[in-house]
Amino acid sequence: MTTNGLYELRCRECGKTWGNVPRSFCEDCFSPLEVAYDYDSLKKIARRENLASRDFNMWRYSELLPLPEDFVGPNAVGGTPLVASRKLAAKWGLKNLYFKNDAVCFPSLSFKDRVVATALSAARRFHFTTVGCSSTGNLANAVAAQAAQQGFDACVFIPADLESAKILNTAVYGARIVRINGNYDHVNRLCAQIADRFQWGLVNVNLRPYYSEGSKTHGYEIAEQLGWTLPDNVVVPMAGGSLITKIAKAFRELVTLGWVEAKPVKFFGAQATGCSPISDGVKRNLSRFEPQKPNTIARSLAIGNPADGPFAIKQIRDSGGWAEDVSDPEIVDAIKLLAETEGIFTETAGGVTAGVTQKLIAQNRIKPDETTVVCITGNGLKTTDAIAAEFPASEAIAPRLEAFEAYLDAQLGVTVAGAKA
Amino acid sequence: MPVTIEIPTAFRRFTDGAPKVDCSAATVADALNELTSRFPDLSRHVRDDQGQIRQFLNVYLNEEDIRFLGGESCSLKEGDRVLLVPSIAGGC
Repeated sequence: MTTNGLYELRCRECGKTWGNVPRSFCEDCFSPLEVAYDYDSLKKIARRENLASRDFNMWRYSELLPLPEDFVGPNAVGGTPLVASRKLAAKWGLKNLYFKNDAVCFPSLSFKDRVVATALSAARRFHFTTVGCSSTGNLANAVAAQAAQQGFDACVFIPADLESAKILNTAVYGARIVRINGNYDHVNRLCAQIADRFQWGLVNVNLRPYYSEGSKTHGYEIAEQLGWTLPDNVVVPMAGGSLITKIAKAFRELVTLGWVEAKPVKFFGAQATGCSPISDGVKRNLSRFEPQKPNTIARSLAIGNPADGPFAIKQIRDSGGWAEDVSDPEIVDAIKLLAETEGIFTETAGGVTAGVTQKLIAQNRIKPDETTVVCITGNGLKTTDAIAAEFPASEAIAPRLEAFEAYLDAQLGVTVAGAKA
Repeated sequence: MPVTIEIPTAFRRFTDGAPKVDCSAATVADALNELTSRFPDLSRHVRDDQGQIRQFLNVYLNEEDIRFLGGESCSLKEGDRVLLVPSIAGGC
């Protein structure tokens, strides 16, 4: 069931409403637009018990998304595991630690599948035939995959130096890839101009208000998987700063609808030190963040001029949370730690989030008895370059038992000759 | 210095539809002031009540965000392009 007519775009600063149009900013004050809902009407039709008969994917929350009338989700996006940590929780001294694992999101292995799913529903509604995006990689993968499935032409714009796996994971779906000599912020600016000139649906530009609503499903699922309760803490990676504000919006909506009980949730933002305009803004209590030139292996978070930075800073501060950042070596260590303890192989962004979580625990900002959810948003198979040097190939041995015994002796100092005797 | 200010579609209702405005200015601040004095209705969209460039309006000198060039006091040379881009989106 969808709720066409119960939502429209509203300016986040001046509050003016604009109906439903492919536009990301208010033409009066040029501030960002977001989707606003008629919650009083929603309360009458959006009921938690309706979910029981629905599959576990993001479309089970359709009433809470800006979908056109009669929309049917074309595939099972979302519905990812909330992994209850044992080994890492013990190591870090936490009683209730969870990893929300969008590294296994369908179809392209990142949380961007969620936002693209709602953006393409809007693209269809506005009769776009070509869709695209500015991307640090994951978004391009998601746009290319879902555009292929749904019959859109896709044209994506990426920084020229992106990881090869992320480029390949876009090209394979048949999308046109335009590599830009510049960083993501240059790509973004160009896409703002392209959206101004061409009648294309750029998912994170002129379709951004609809796109970003898809992020809420990450938050709905966390609450549902915790038995319709909210956690005490959420640790969220930040690039443009949108996801952290949308998880907060999801939690607020669930409280408004009476699906969960209200409780204070602290929001913690995670960035790489080499691109940390939002965490810097939180730590220095800036009223406006200062843009940075990114220099980090966490390229999916390398946005020096974050569109939602001011909102992310406010969300973090108002919730009583904090933001931190970690160096590139700390990111690599955290990727390995998460893999070795929880069996989750995340990309560099997940290394950032896990590394920052460790830091926040050491700072006593996250406490042992609290329930903490760490958001993992992308898959390690996409950024193998970042950790390849940590795992040099071992020497091959002959297919003989004696060779294996010699290998064990050399590697471990274990002599196994005559072990059976 | 003669420079060109590029106007996004959303602003053109304030510039009589002009996509570009040529002006003569020594700094980006001067260029913006000349633009808003020529098109006064645009003024409140460019600057906030404190006179600062609005938070969600991005200003570029050629390829670079002016915040990396020392802000709006950065100087202009002949033929420079000043770009106004509202509310850059993108990112997660």
